[in-house]
Amino acid sequence: MSGAESVGDGRSDAGGGSRGDGVDRTPVPDADVCVVGAGPAGALVADRLAGEHEVVVLDAGPRFDPDERLARQERAIRPFYDRPDVWGVGGDRDAHENAGERAYPLNHARVKGVGGSTLHWQGMVMRLHEDDFNSGTVRGVGPDWPIDYDDLRPYYAEAERELGVAGGSGVDNPYAPPREEPHPMSAFEPSYSDSLFAEACESLGIDIHSVPNARNSEPYDGRSPCVGYGTCQPVCPSGAKYDATVHVERAEEQGATVIDRANVGTLEHDDEDRVTAAVYATPDGEEHRQEADAFVVAAGGVETPRLFLLSASERYPDGLANGSGHVGEFFMDHLFTGAGGTLDEPTRQNHVGFYTSACDQFYDEADESRAPFKLEFFNYAGPSPVEMALSGEDWGDPLLERLCDGYGNHVAMGGLVEQAPQADSRVTLAEDHTDDHGNPVPRIEWSVDDRALDTIERTNEIQVEILEELGADVEWVAGPDATGPAYHHMGTTRMSDDPDRGVVDADCRAHDLENCWIASSSVFPTSGAMNPTLTIAALALRVADDVDARLAGT
Amino acid sequence: MELTRRDAAAALAAVGATGGVALGVRRAGDGSASGADGAVGDGESGEELPDDGAVREAMAAIATTVYPEAVSGVDAFVDGFLDGRLDGSAHGEGIRAAVAELESTARSWYDAPVAELSVADRDELLRGLGADTAEENPHGTTAERVRYYVVNELLLALYASPTGGELVGIENPQGYAGGAESYARGPP
Ligand SMILES: Cc1cc2nc3c(=O)[nH]c(=O)nc-3n(C[C@H](O)[C@H](O)[C@H](O)COP(=O)(O)OP(=O)(O)OC[C@H]3O[C@@H](n4cnc5c(N)ncnc54)[C@H](O)[C@@H]3O)c2cc1C
Ligand code: SF4
Repeated sequence: MSGAESVGDGRSDAGGGSRGDGVDRTPVPDADVCVVGAGPAGALVADRLAGEHEVVVLDAGPRFDPDERLARQERAIRPFYDRPDVWGVGGDRDAHENAGERAYPLNHARVKGVGGSTLHWQGMVMRLHEDDFNSGTVRGVGPDWPIDYDDLRPYYAEAERELGVAGGSGVDNPYAPPREEPHPMSAFEPSYSDSLFAEACESLGIDIHSVPNARNSEPYDGRSPCVGYGTCQPVCPSGAKYDATVHVERAEEQGATVIDRANVGTLEHDDEDRVTAAVYATPDGEEHRQEADAFVVAAGGVETPRLFLLSASERYPDGLANGSGHVGEFFMDHLFTGAGGTLDEPTRQNHVGFYTSACDQFYDEADESRAPFKLEFFNYAGPSPVEMALSGEDWGDPLLERLCDGYGNHVAMGGLVEQAPQADSRVTLAEDHTDDHGNPVPRIEWSVDDRALDTIERTNEIQVEILEELGADVEWVAGPDATGPAYHHMGTTRMSDDPDRGVVDADCRAHDLENCWIASSSVFPTSGAMNPTLTIAALALRVADDVDARLAGT
Repeated sequence: MELTRRDAAAALAAVGATGGVALGVRRAGDGSASGADGAVGDGESGEELPDDGAVREAMAAIATTVYPEAVSGVDAFVDGFLDGRLDGSAHGEGIRAAVAELESTARSWYDAPVAELSVADRDELLRGLGADTAEENPHGTTAERVRYYVVNELLLALYASPTGGELVGIENPQGYAGGAESYARGPP
């Protein structure tokens, strides 16, 4: 069936066919491990444990039909659909409140369903730098992580193999942290516009190098190489871009059970600080209890703290795992910084939907007043002609003229800046606003520190300098006022050795609970300025090892 | 620039349909209801819905208005594209219903079917309906549905195809799986 209207959304409030789809969503008896969330974190944990253990994964969203990806791509291109419509995000299921200094567009920033937010993601996968793990000591900002780069290093290498990363293996990027082996696939060739940027950067003494992509530059792991659809964000129809359905499928092949449209509303516990069951609701209106020996919460950086807060009990009146009082606090994202304009020559943009060159040169200059940041060189600057064609009051020759005028000469740079952790930037429960299951919705208070805002100004200076050297007419600058989040939810169940200062310990196990782990960027004590998912994946693999060791010990 | 079967196949691939495969399901069972004037009853309101042939004819006629003059081969391109779209899906039926409204407006304003109007009259018909200023909406007003199912349907097909892209200077437009090499090449 073709057509953007032919795809199902699978939200329980979406009506039509949502009830009684004949799928068995009853709990699995004798489960060893229950994972909440089928994004990359949950999927990697499930895949790693499924061979040896009885694993069940519960996800609030649906299983998406892979045959519908092109119809979703049509939604990405057609102006009628908003970004959240591509993967059916929104409605009562995904309701939330904003109460902070800056509005947070939560439903643009996540996908619920098997595969999680990687269905929508861009797929840039860098390791954090060594100093990111010691930000307190080295830069005087935030706490140090209770683990070091060296603790994660082997897991980073494994995560790169699991996701399938095409990268420069550190050869052309002297600023990348040390690595022991090459990336699994060679990096994508630089784009034509990269070659223009490279010249300008060279005359300014600025280095430009490849970027690691979780995207196949050659056939990998049974998946296609990139074929250039150019709609990576929000959907890759070819499967060349990694998404977590890869590991969900692998976990299922090994015997794991994955239950979709199973929203976990609370975690139950006994008197010995053990989680006993995940209570979940299914589309038929039933409520079920999934019991297990170990629980891994991998519901993303907003729903994870929300689930612990929703699980408050007499024994834990402030929420489960919240002895520190920090559940939900220190909500961080990476801040987008950018500038762009036009040249008087063709720049060949929008052939593909990812970028191929970046600059990490300034990253480790970070200190108390300057946040770490990285710079990116866009391959999709300016409008895409097909999208332009669908809105406007013209057609025929005048439309073609407008497209030819509008497309062809754009260039742009982006970048990400770290924000410092602040307790009052946080996720709490809304007081009188509930979701489709009657649970209080997340309330987001997002604020950004001055160091981050000052750093954005600094990045803008560099971006404009490069663009001017290139001969561009600079037409826009996304500075401190125009910045927005990069859709990376971090910090809300931070990791610390000290149970008073953090929610989970260095193994990502909740301080207050014997058998409950968190696999998510919510455990990041500070965020660095590198996209988080490779670190999420590395931590998830490490969590799986710890769960495995503890299950073996009991 | 000549639109080819390859363009139609590429445009179809971009929206997730495959031409030919659809033939088997094309309004199966409705054949006998086909009227001699190329219309089938929709069984409910008593209004006439155009059959596939009439939809194809009207869409090709509209295409000559909304496509730039520089393209040729429009009939075969639109026909090839609709092979995959008129597949019994909700989308295909949306196209049919929007074309029915266009046709009935054409008959009441010009006393002629869309295919027999001049290019200028077709342009006037679309603008008179408000399809130029309307934002596309598959559930909206007539103007919004005509924009979604007719005008934008045809523009999407063209500009997501390699030939349509080349008109604008991009041989690998969004939606077309044109490979992972063109982005690295310089201008021709
Ligand atoms: C537009 C966009 C671009 C991005 N680009 C990049 C990038 O280039 N690089 C990068 O590193 N990161 C990127 N990200 C971020 C990346 O997608 C996330 O970091 C990653 O998906 C997080 O993985 P996760 O498994 O922790 O959570 P998610 O992927 O969000 O998955 C969480 C899952 O938990 C489920 N869930 C939530 N609550 C419950 C509940 N109560 N019960 C049951 N299930 C529940 C959800 O349905 C969801 O499927 C991007 C994100 C977006 C939105
Ligand atoms: S450009 Fe490559 S990775 Fe992006 S959507 Fe297309 S095939 Fe997928």
